[in-house]
Amino acid sequence: MNNSRHMSYWSGIRKRLQRNKTAMAGAIILLVFTLGSLLAPVIAPHPVEQMNFDQRLAAPSSTHLLGTDDFGRDIFSRLLHGGRISLLMGLITVVLSTTIGVTLGIIAGYYRRLDLFIMQGMDILMSLPALLLAIAVIAVLGPGLANAMIAVVIAVIPSYVRVVRSAVLSIREKEYIEAVRALGIRDWQILLKHILPNIMSPIIVLSTIQFGVSILAAAALSFLGLGAQPPMPEWGAMVFVGKSFLSQAWWMSIFPGMAIMLVVLGFNLLGDGLRDALDPKTR
Amino acid sequence: MRRYVVKRLISLLGTLLGVSVLIFLMVHLIPGDPATQILGQFATPEAISQMRTALGLDQPLWQQYVGFLGRLLTGDLGTSLFTGESVWEQIVTRFPITLQLAIFSVLIAAIFGILLGTIAAVKQNTLVDRFVVLLSLVGISAPGFWIALFLIWIFAYKLALFPISGYEGVHSLLLPAITLGMAEAGMIARMTRASMLEVIKQDYMRTAEAKGASLVSLIFSHGLPNAIIPVVTMIGLQFGSLMAGAVVVETVFSLQGIGSLAIEAISKRDMPTVQGMVFFMALIFALTNLIVDLIYSRIDPRIHFD
Repeated sequence: MNNSRHMSYWSGIRKRLQRNKTAMAGAIILLVFTLGSLLAPVIAPHPVEQMNFDQRLAAPSSTHLLGTDDFGRDIFSRLLHGGRISLLMGLITVVLSTTIGVTLGIIAGYYRRLDLFIMQGMDILMSLPALLLAIAVIAVLGPGLANAMIAVVIAVIPSYVRVVRSAVLSIREKEYIEAVRALGIRDWQILLKHILPNIMSPIIVLSTIQFGVSILAAAALSFLGLGAQPPMPEWGAMVFVGKSFLSQAWWMSIFPGMAIMLVVLGFNLLGDGLRDALDPKTR
Repeated sequence: MRRYVVKRLISLLGTLLGVSVLIFLMVHLIPGDPATQILGQFATPEAISQMRTALGLDQPLWQQYVGFLGRLLTGDLGTSLFTGESVWEQIVTRFPITLQLAIFSVLIAAIFGILLGTIAAVKQNTLVDRFVVLLSLVGISAPGFWIALFLIWIFAYKLALFPISGYEGVHSLLLPAITLGMAEAGMIARMTRASMLEVIKQDYMRTAEAKGASLVSLIFSHGLPNAIIPVVTMIGLQFGSLMAGAVVVETVFSLQGIGSLAIEAISKRDMPTVQGMVFFMALIFALTNLIVDLIYSRIDPRIHFD
């Protein structure tokens, strides 16, 4: 009985989401980019590192759909391969920041004694704009792909902690939580089985939007020379290289930037749709 | 109200104290020996020892922090390891460009964002509304550095209307300000639309309409002044983030603001400059948030802080 009610809750959400055309457009964009990245070795028309100096800075054509770069490498093929890096970076940062942020948020919301301590720490982190915080972290750790991911994770954690904490605060005094507490159930079981499932909606919405934000931030760091380094076909790094050739070969920077924009747009559209589907009241 | 201001000021001091610890620890968190990391592996032992003294690393940790805090309180942000200039001087020289850029972009973002958001709300569920919603989401999703290159390509290279880079007077800030304001405009449009949709439903709007108010007066005299309150707050709160966004925009447009100063300092691992910059930004960010909160209570009489 309980299980079927649970199923109908989620299938209701799925139906609402499927009816939302813009959310579906976002999902399709993401699906296309994910498939493109996964199948990059198969569908890329040229090897990713293949240089061809006769074809240097060639404009988009039937042989090179999106043109070539300063080494004559095919931009389309590099974009497909670069998608693996950008999407994976986004995935890793979202998984890490969700895990850490949700854990800290639940602890802060549930244990009043630790609340002040955790939130004071978050206030300090939030006293810096996220991008600046990420840059400060890179200043300490040094530039590079892994450090850029750590920087982005640290920069986005406070937003999770705030959202999760306030969600926990709103349900910790509810009767059903009091009831399980009265039954003598251990705290960690209450947190995992009774609190976490009830605060999943804001976490899902936030993670979807943060996926895009993380990709955007990581690309910005790469563009500033603080994240992925050329010749890696990471999208932000590709725009950075293309910047020097803007007057001769606009396609070198415009297409990778467009890829970043489309993926982030996909996550934002899907995130908006999920928010409406998970909480029909806010429509 | 006064009690609230005092409370906020105390909490602001607490946060800044926390930030000072964080910034102080930045040098100590550098993996390995900071002096060697900053100078590179080929530095002579004498140079490394000099750098350790310059960074104050030869003293006990607490003593280093007390010294650091004492200097911060007297407005001494240290000296650059590379230029030997005072960090405070560097920031003061470069801050006006960043400030102009931020103000300029907030203006652009507010004008376009509020206008588009209002139009979308009035034309709710029409093609115009959908277009504005999509456009604002595109603005939020597009990387700033990409918008910058796109604008340079069209307006500086193709149409030759603006300088490609550098500062040649206020007009050279237009493209950077548009770049910086794009995401902000998207957010403002979304928020104005949502807020306006709430206001449109209110009884006083229906009353005004029934009394024969024209559409223009309905929107601009009755609707917008009420819808705009949360928008103004958001604009203020985003002001600090805009200055951080200036890091990217100033780099692309080769503007000598504090954003590009931060990037130069990081690439040279000029830690005192990085630390000073981060502290300065945190201070500006905290002060803007405080001012926005106080203005908020002024423009919305429903809000009482005590």
